[in-house]
Amino acid sequence: MREIGCLEITKAVDGLCKDANFLLPKDVIKALEKARENEESSCGRAVLDQILKNIQIATKEKIPLCQDCGTAVVFLEIGQDVHIVGGNFYNAIKQGVKKGYKNGYLRKSICHCFTRKNTNDNTPVIIHTDIVPGDKLKITFCPKGGGSENVSTLKMLKPAQGIDGIKNFVVESVKQAGANPCPPVVVGVGIGGTFETTALIAKKALLRKIGEHNKDSEIANLERECLIAINNLGIGPAGLGGRTTALAVHINMLPCHIASMPAVVNMNCHSARHKEITL
Amino acid sequence: MNKTKKICVPLNDIDVAKLNIGDEVLLSGIIYSARDAAHKKLVGLISMGKKLPFDVQGSVIYYVGPSPTKPGEIIGSAGPTTSGRMDVYARELMKMGMKGMIGKGNRSEKIIKSGQKYKCVYFGATGGVGALLAKSIKQSRIIAYEELGPEAIREMIVENFPVIVINDIFGNDLYKEGIKKYKKD
Repeated sequence: MREIGCLEITKAVDGLCKDANFLLPKDVIKALEKARENEESSCGRAVLDQILKNIQIATKEKIPLCQDCGTAVVFLEIGQDVHIVGGNFYNAIKQGVKKGYKNGYLRKSICHCFTRKNTNDNTPVIIHTDIVPGDKLKITFCPKGGGSENVSTLKMLKPAQGIDGIKNFVVESVKQAGANPCPPVVVGVGIGGTFETTALIAKKALLRKIGEHNKDSEIANLERECLIAINNLGIGPAGLGGRTTALAVHINMLPCHIASMPAVVNMNCHSARHKEITL
Repeated sequence: MNKTKKICVPLNDIDVAKLNIGDEVLLSGIIYSARDAAHKKLVGLISMGKKLPFDVQGSVIYYVGPSPTKPGEIIGSAGPTTSGRMDVYARELMKMGMKGMIGKGNRSEKIIKSGQKYKCVYFGATGGVGALLAKSIKQSRIIAYEELGPEAIREMIVENFPVIVINDIFGNDLYKEGIKKYKKD
């Protein structure tokens, strides 16, 4: 049994909050640079130039890439041989988020649903936990913006609708979202499982590196087909018209009930932020 | 491609009549920040016939909730939020003389028609580039609803703040035109 202390976890999460909000993953930057090279629309190119410039400023000056520093979403992979000591594990994560958002000058965007009163520390944290083999603890921090989350969709499709039905649902979701989710977007898709797991695997799909496809070749083909169809919509960077509406489509699939075919599109903006650490 | 236009805020009817969709505009002058919660309060004051915390006549409202200001800085990251959420409030402010809105994302048909009637332009600022846009904000101070935190109303002095005309006062929509140009069947 390997012991990991709560203080270490709090410190790690504090750092992740800031790093995720100031630095964009390299694969996302690379995809944006490639989009800039390929974009036919002059407005689209100008938007992509602004996006790339923004990344430079945020990285250099340690200011948030976007004023929406997101809902604090944390994915945990806990090795079954790890023993958390020195306090309450989830509370240690919460303290890390409170610290990171305060000393990083990150925007606190969480409020009561009815009164809209801000909780002022960006908590509660949304935590998803998986138990895995081994003696490591992997923490992934994903600040999830509201604009792209608002246009995410869930549909209980009929089995008869098949792969075409899924494709239409994904493309139509991006079409309806238009300029709102800050394109070029990353499209996370969940298919199968149950009502709640479909959404969870769609969100996990947003963490995959851009350029990597699902290991199942049939699903990988569907990802490619969806991406082409989405980029043929013409929405373009910032919705001003252009070739690049999405940087990637990532699909995760689980088997489902014989009566069902749930599908979720979880949209992410071009500032596709996430950062991980393994303790 | 339309030429970049430099214009000063506040705006009048003559200024807005010169703007067409796709025009790239650099705004300089005073603009006001307001998003959902502030709009609700402003429209509440209008319905009670009370005075508003700033002069709406000729004003441009920026839909933004900046991140906190670091010590020694003017403002934090300050990019636009989704404008569609303000559609339920915008018409009342147009009636009071608002001449421009800055945000991102689609507006309703009703708001586009109101923009024509009351001569109010909708400018798009690029979403997700708040660190870059903050560079064009030269001064910022909270003038109302400090308790709303990021949603407080700020008076901001901007210099060459980069926007593009999405909806002009002639009922055109750049989002629709852009898609028409680049859509492939």
